[in-house]
Amino acid sequence: MPMIEMKDVSKWYGDFQVLDKCTTSVEKGEVVVVCGPSGSGKSTLIKTVNGLEPFQEGIISVDKIMVGDSETDLPKLRSKIGMVFQNFELFPHLSIIENINLAQLMVLKRSIEDSKKRSMELLDRVGLVDQAEKFPAELSGGQQQRVAIARGLAMDPIAMLFDEPTSALDPEMINEVLEVMSKLAVEGMTMMVVTHEMGFARRVAHRVIFMDEGRIEEDCTKDEFFNTDRGDRAQEFLSKILTH
Amino acid sequence: MTDFDFAIIIKSIPFLLEGMWVSLLLTLLAITGGLILGVLLALCRLAPYTWLSFAAGTYVNFFRSMPLILIIFWFYFLVPFILGRPVGSFYSVLTAFVMFEAAYYCEIIRAGIQSVRTGQVYAGQALGLTYAQNMRFVVLPQAFRAMMPILLTQSIIMFQDTSLVYVVGLRDFLVAADIVANRDNRLMEMYMTVAIVYFALCLVGQLGIHKLQKKFPTGR
Repeated sequence: MPMIEMKDVSKWYGDFQVLDKCTTSVEKGEVVVVCGPSGSGKSTLIKTVNGLEPFQEGIISVDKIMVGDSETDLPKLRSKIGMVFQNFELFPHLSIIENINLAQLMVLKRSIEDSKKRSMELLDRVGLVDQAEKFPAELSGGQQQRVAIARGLAMDPIAMLFDEPTSALDPEMINEVLEVMSKLAVEGMTMMVVTHEMGFARRVAHRVIFMDEGRIEEDCTKDEFFNTDRGDRAQEFLSKILTH
Repeated sequence: MTDFDFAIIIKSIPFLLEGMWVSLLLTLLAITGGLILGVLLALCRLAPYTWLSFAAGTYVNFFRSMPLILIIFWFYFLVPFILGRPVGSFYSVLTAFVMFEAAYYCEIIRAGIQSVRTGQVYAGQALGLTYAQNMRFVVLPQAFRAMMPILLTQSIIMFQDTSLVYVVGLRDFLVAADIVANRDNRLMEMYMTVAIVYFALCLVGQLGIHKLQKKFPTGR
């Protein structure tokens, strides 16, 4: 049984269909990169996995729990899935360590000592121990995103979702974030990553999904995606982002 | 100007202070009650249940379309009628202010909550926080920061509005001054004093808000 499974997932905003019968799955320990032109529905797709975006048709299960079921305890399910956003979304009124502590205290009911200990371990892992007492606005974009990853990891998640984690970053900060993500991938974390970083996809992804107009057009292994002929839309997309 | 007698003010200071105490206590209690009720109303207005947001919306629109003086009057007669016993003008006035101000606070707080970016709400949800936890620890602290200046300005306006309690005979600062003025026939001196005191207090309040705004700029 895959860790994340989606079957014929469709979603509409009014009359406009954003997701069109999307079917895919992510195995435990697998790293799946989702790419595609803007407006193709990839961000919406990843947000349906932890129920941030509701969907009208289809089935999504995470660790055998049905996401779309009204009986499902969504906060509990979400606490097991880490998520990293394009704009970091650190809480600006809390210090770095408080950002990482918050859900440990409130959701996992860890003691303040245990929370702090875990937070410092994770800050060490992303190389930001000395920033613990600062506020998000005092950190660079790359540092903020690394904190956001640590915040997600603090919940000891069974999978991590990344929604364009490097798109809002200045070029010189992209690598520090990708390095942290690559390390995670190597350690065996189950990851679903929406990104245009094809270098990252080549290095650490197991599979690549290509989306266009709400549909999953390609869903294949990394080698197939980069080394064999794909559909016209995927080919066109790749040629656009790989020429520079 | 020569026949102005300002010694009368010095003599009546203790009496005036009693009135000021009533004004300030009323303001503080009404702010506290108004904020609590205002937050609840704002959450109701933003709730996904149509009937709840409709009910809260009706409440807000009703109170915002009524002159405050009328509300004060109503509650003066209504509260004892509902409770079946006299409650004294202070408590009836306090109820009126809390309910009236809550309507205004509600709209300010609602705007504040809506000013918090969706991404922040998502981030809280993604961590597994419940709706209440997300509101309490993520959304409201940011919302209050954004709306603090308007909230305080509204509170200063309310402090001025407390002078309306003269209609039900509650002895606030203005009424106390009025009593002295009529007793000693010193209308000019007393009303000038009242004006200066209100002006000074509100000015200090406004300057304080300005300082706060500089110290805690809104936005990220």
